[in-house]
Amino acid sequence: MKAMRAMILLALCLMIATAAAASETIKIGAVLSVTGPASFLGEPEKNTLLLLEEQINASGGILGKQIELVIYDDETNVNKCVLAADKLIKKDRVVAVVGPTVSGNTLAIMNKFPRAKTPLVSCAAAEKIVKPVNPWVFKTPQTDRHAVQKILTHAQAAGLKNIAILTVSNGFGQAGRAVLKELVPAGGMNLIADEVYGPKDTDMTVQLTKIKSLNPDAIICWGTNPGPAVVAMNRVQLGIATPLYMSHGVASRKFIELAGEAANGLMLPAGRMIAVDQIPADHPQQPVLAAYVKDYETKFNIPVSTFGGYAYDALMLVKAAIEKAGSADPSAIRDSLESITGYVGATGEYNFSKTEHNGLDESAFVMVAIENGDWKVQR
Amino acid sequence: MDLASILQYLVSGLTVGSTYGLTALGFTIIFNTTGVINFAQGEFVMLGGMLSVFFMKALGLALVPAIVLAVMVSVAVGAVFERFTIRPVKNASVIQLIIITIGVSILIRGLAMLAWGKDTFALPHFSGMQPIHIGGAAMLPQTIWVLAITLAMLAGLKLFFSSTIYGKGMLACSYDVKAAFLVGIDVRRMVLLSFMISALVGAVGGAILAPLTLTSYDVGILLGLKGFAACITGGLGNPFGAAAGGLILGVLESFGAGFISSAYKDAFTFIILLLLLFVKPSGLFGQASSDRV
Repeated sequence: MKAMRAMILLALCLMIATAAAASETIKIGAVLSVTGPASFLGEPEKNTLLLLEEQINASGGILGKQIELVIYDDETNVNKCVLAADKLIKKDRVVAVVGPTVSGNTLAIMNKFPRAKTPLVSCAAAEKIVKPVNPWVFKTPQTDRHAVQKILTHAQAAGLKNIAILTVSNGFGQAGRAVLKELVPAGGMNLIADEVYGPKDTDMTVQLTKIKSLNPDAIICWGTNPGPAVVAMNRVQLGIATPLYMSHGVASRKFIELAGEAANGLMLPAGRMIAVDQIPADHPQQPVLAAYVKDYETKFNIPVSTFGGYAYDALMLVKAAIEKAGSADPSAIRDSLESITGYVGATGEYNFSKTEHNGLDESAFVMVAIENGDWKVQR
Repeated sequence: MDLASILQYLVSGLTVGSTYGLTALGFTIIFNTTGVINFAQGEFVMLGGMLSVFFMKALGLALVPAIVLAVMVSVAVGAVFERFTIRPVKNASVIQLIIITIGVSILIRGLAMLAWGKDTFALPHFSGMQPIHIGGAAMLPQTIWVLAITLAMLAGLKLFFSSTIYGKGMLACSYDVKAAFLVGIDVRRMVLLSFMISALVGAVGGAILAPLTLTSYDVGILLGLKGFAACITGGLGNPFGAAAGGLILGVLESFGAGFISSAYKDAFTFIILLLLLFVKPSGLFGQASSDRV
């Protein structure tokens, strides 16, 4: 009997001890598309979070507390994402959530967060996530608007006036097309052709022939692989010498591999991560990116991707917010996130405010040209 | 609208049309022997392209041996497909067999995705990317390869069906399976052969198209759909009709996109197809089935 009582006492002590230990950690949630169609985005994001968790805890945690990440995979599925978000808010009671990976999933869950009074830092690109501003929702990737502005600034400086656009008929292309149709005339240029192609199309010579007959000064193509690679090859086939701008949607090695020699001479806006070795040593992002790329590639033995950078910034911004607030209370984190300015991350420099929950501007992009099958950052 | 542009639309249309026509060819062979529309035909085309890329990368083969090996493996897949999914279901109706082919297409696509991932791949052009100029229109040498090999395959099929005992046996099956069986034709072997030949035609098509169109695990879906539309346009069961139907659809799409709007490119194809089905349900070059007895 005595032994029994001692055992129960011991068990109680253990339970109290673990509960006490648990309260000493900061629980941060994440819901990412680690598998499914968007796995190429979600997997590097998950890897990045695991890397950061290890690094942050090794260097003493945040405010002296260890962090604990709760990562769920939504399988690029809206329903699973909603369930995961509920679980993070109600069961895991995390102080902040990183993700989701894709815009559709973010839009589906973002209205839960004001009710739960928990901040969400999304890794998805759509402008709708932060416009109009939802007080509890932030996002780290650049928006299409920044990419379009970067291209148009470059075209203006080169004196190009008549612009033709060729966009893919999916969500990405339509969003880009809308911004292009708004900003090209606003920048004092003429939109002289507006052509569209299907996401599975394998020949765009017809659209390019039509564009060629209108003699534009520049062509802007908005799409993700493989369409733009076909456009690049068709352009060479038709002997079109007009400058061709691509979107940031093709800023990966895969595009150069697909388009081959036809990729040479193309220009596109891209995050600095694709050409870390070409960033000037005195640029504020240089140390951040160089360290991230080195640590990531040593740990996982695979090349970094720009998408991992979005998760890097999301978690590091939460960390910065907690440190700034001196508290891991969800409301304090939200207020503190909104007051962050001049924070240099992997994607760019973040300046948040009450009306700005993306915090980036077009300086988060650099213009790169493709020369001899490699990126060349333009000055 | 200048002449050079119109010529370019025609060349573009023929290039795209040949991709539809090549897929359509495979449909006709199986349809002729079994009356089944094989919805996994697009997957044979995908296998031809993806296996060629895989053999070049993984085994370090040169282009031609890689394509030959890819075609051989695809033919084996066609044989396994018939032997283990079509033959075991005795007395199944045509519609049940068609549903089986849909299942097989999903299976092949899924396996290809697991094996090679979701990326797009490119195959090198057979004879360079220097365009050939004809009256202001530019054409890649690969397009000529595609058109020439399509014609060669058509001629080969024509020869096979009209001059070999197997070809004649397969034609006999298409007219009346029971009668063919009664005169001593091994119907089961003919069906197996038809799956192998259409896998061959599909895989060759996939390999020669891959440099132009790029390839990925899911190219079969759209190609299968457009190839089927080409078959209907040309008249089901007629290889020449299928090839011609493909070219006609390609040119229609191209002119539609060029003269009207590229946003409605795919709509033109299907509007024309619907109109055709109202006016001449047997297709442009098809005969009404009552004539075939």
